[in-house]
Amino acid sequence: MAETIPAGATTEGAIQVGHPRDARVSAPASYDVADFPVPHGREEEWRFTPLERLRGLHDGTAVADGGVKVEVTAPQGVTVETVGRDDARLGKAGKPVDRVAAQAYSSFEKASLVSVPKDTVLTEPVRIAVHGAGGTAYGHQVIEVGAFAEAVVVIDHTGDAVLAANVEYVIGDGAKLTVVSVQDWDDKAVHIAQHTALVGRDASFKSVIVTLGGDLVRLSPRVIYGAPGGEADLYGLYFTDKGQHQEHRLFIDHDTPHCRSNVAYKGALQGQDAHAVWIGDVLIRAEAEGTDTYELNRNLVLTDGARVDSVPNLEIETGEIVGAGHASATGRFDDEQLFYLMARGIPEGEARRLVVRGFFGELIQQIGLPELEERLMAKIDAELEASV
Amino acid sequence: MATLEIHDLHVSVEAEGGPREILRGVDLTVKQGETHAIMGPNGSGKSTLAYSLAGHPKYTVTGGTVTLDGENVLDMTVDERARAGVFLAMQYPVEVPGVSVSNFLRTSATAIRGEAPKLRTWVKEVKEAMQRLQIDPAFAERNVNEGFSGGEKKRHEILQLELLKPKIAILDETDSGLDVDALRVVSEGVNRVAESGEVGTLLITHYTRILRYIKPDHVHVFSAGRIVESGGPELADTLENEGYESYVKGGASA
Ligand SMILES: Nc1ncnc2c1ncn2[C@@H]1O[C@H](COP(=O)(O)OP(=O)(O)O)[C@@H](O)[C@H]1O
Ligand SMILES: [Mg+2]
Repeated sequence: MAETIPAGATTEGAIQVGHPRDARVSAPASYDVADFPVPHGREEEWRFTPLERLRGLHDGTAVADGGVKVEVTAPQGVTVETVGRDDARLGKAGKPVDRVAAQAYSSFEKASLVSVPKDTVLTEPVRIAVHGAGGTAYGHQVIEVGAFAEAVVVIDHTGDAVLAANVEYVIGDGAKLTVVSVQDWDDKAVHIAQHTALVGRDASFKSVIVTLGGDLVRLSPRVIYGAPGGEADLYGLYFTDKGQHQEHRLFIDHDTPHCRSNVAYKGALQGQDAHAVWIGDVLIRAEAEGTDTYELNRNLVLTDGARVDSVPNLEIETGEIVGAGHASATGRFDDEQLFYLMARGIPEGEARRLVVRGFFGELIQQIGLPELEERLMAKIDAELEASV
Repeated sequence: MATLEIHDLHVSVEAEGGPREILRGVDLTVKQGETHAIMGPNGSGKSTLAYSLAGHPKYTVTGGTVTLDGENVLDMTVDERARAGVFLAMQYPVEVPGVSVSNFLRTSATAIRGEAPKLRTWVKEVKEAMQRLQIDPAFAERNVNEGFSGGEKKRHEILQLELLKPKIAILDETDSGLDVDALRVVSEGVNRVAESGEVGTLLITHYTRILRYIKPDHVHVFSAGRIVESGGPELADTLENEGYESYVKGGASA
């Protein structure tokens, strides 16, 4: 991949020392939507998002109509509950950080709560199917994993919906949670969600975000460490087509000593006005000595007319760390690669597929979920088929 | 018997200030079993000829014909030309990140042969071909041309030549940038393919050095976008002794 930046793309990035991060956002985190002004679009956290396509999720005009169904299928030993707003187990992972997340928190009626008891090691994943039948909804899900339990959760988003949601992951000491969230929406869907993980002592959290569909998808995965020894691996893969806006805004708050984080997001874009945004904020606070963190974002631009904004931000308030790094690169699909492959008899479609599969392949292997590998590759192939 | 016929080929590239004609009427016939050396100074248009035959989109054919066994090559897409039997070993092979050599070789062999080669014989075939070219077996798992040295890239091109068995092989400065050992290994590869009698070879070179290892049947001097003189192997000796100077002048005034 040639490391040339296509016209219209930006790759910014910064390593800053000692800046209070919240100075950049328009309001402090809160459960209450009234604490956030209606965004006008120039705020740091909204500047890349086309507000006019949010269907009123940001200004209080979107009205829930129950048109989104959530179905949870869990193996034995797992407790699945639908609970009301006042359940004490909600809201523990962290507060909403933007107006839409707060709107979702202020507006949802029932939450799904999935609990994996301590010491339980699941051999099969918990499946959560979120399906939209054209409706508008505010959602809330909590996944609790008890101490030393191990679980894989697969969340599938399909259909057409306008959805704002919060998903909380509360991971007990020594527990392991892997969450795969697939955004396989129909073309018109709008999906804004905050995923907040609270990682316990020596616990492991792995997040795999796969965003393929929708008109506008904006996800904010956040990691907070409750105690030392936690680790988080955040993987993401997106395929942004013509007209789609797909935004991933990550925040890892290293506020606790001896925790590790690793971020790798890769995206391919094709078609006019395909727009991908990747924000990677990592904050290493003064007390977080022994932190080890690395974040990477790579984009492969397959056609003209697509735009990428990739902004890694690393803020370091202590020098007592193991490592901290970031990398961001946006490259164009190189016509010389295409020529080379075709000059060996390989038809154009197959040549493109080879290169795109190659681009994502390493990431998919890193994820380490063999049953997911083929499914992801098949989805990538289908994305390529659909629009080449 | 496969025959590539190039007749009065004119090719332009898009340059600042409009199209610029690089090839100005190339005539050449290459038959299966023959080896033709095309020799010329830098900038004379040798790579332009090679790329135009392979169908690189940067080059626009403005006149003339190219046929392979009577079929119009210029009508074919890049991949169709390759499947019809035209092979170009590139002067600057391209890196393809994320695509392993073994995956690439198998995909192209499948495309060229029209069916996937049987796995067991294929593995053996690749292994033996790599051995002959002194390519480390670990290369099979590396990404295509990524981080390869100049010599490794050229060996990898010849590996493909051996595996894909084209009717017409165009080798664009396969010799440049090679040390003596690599030059010998690469030349032996080209000779093995040529000795099968099933390939017509167009050996494009700037230097005469490779002609110590590969014996052409015909030598053509290329200057200012056309062939200005053709002869037997002895023409290479003349060039070795006298250089291109007289041809460059002739070409420039033409
Ligand atoms: N894109 C281009 N724009 C303008 N001139 C070009 C372009 N590509 C090649 N040329 C010119 O065409 C001529 C022939 O180039 P080339 O075929 O690479 O020659 P050779 O392989 O014999 O060294 C050179 O003068 C070169 O500068
Ligand atoms: Mg050249």
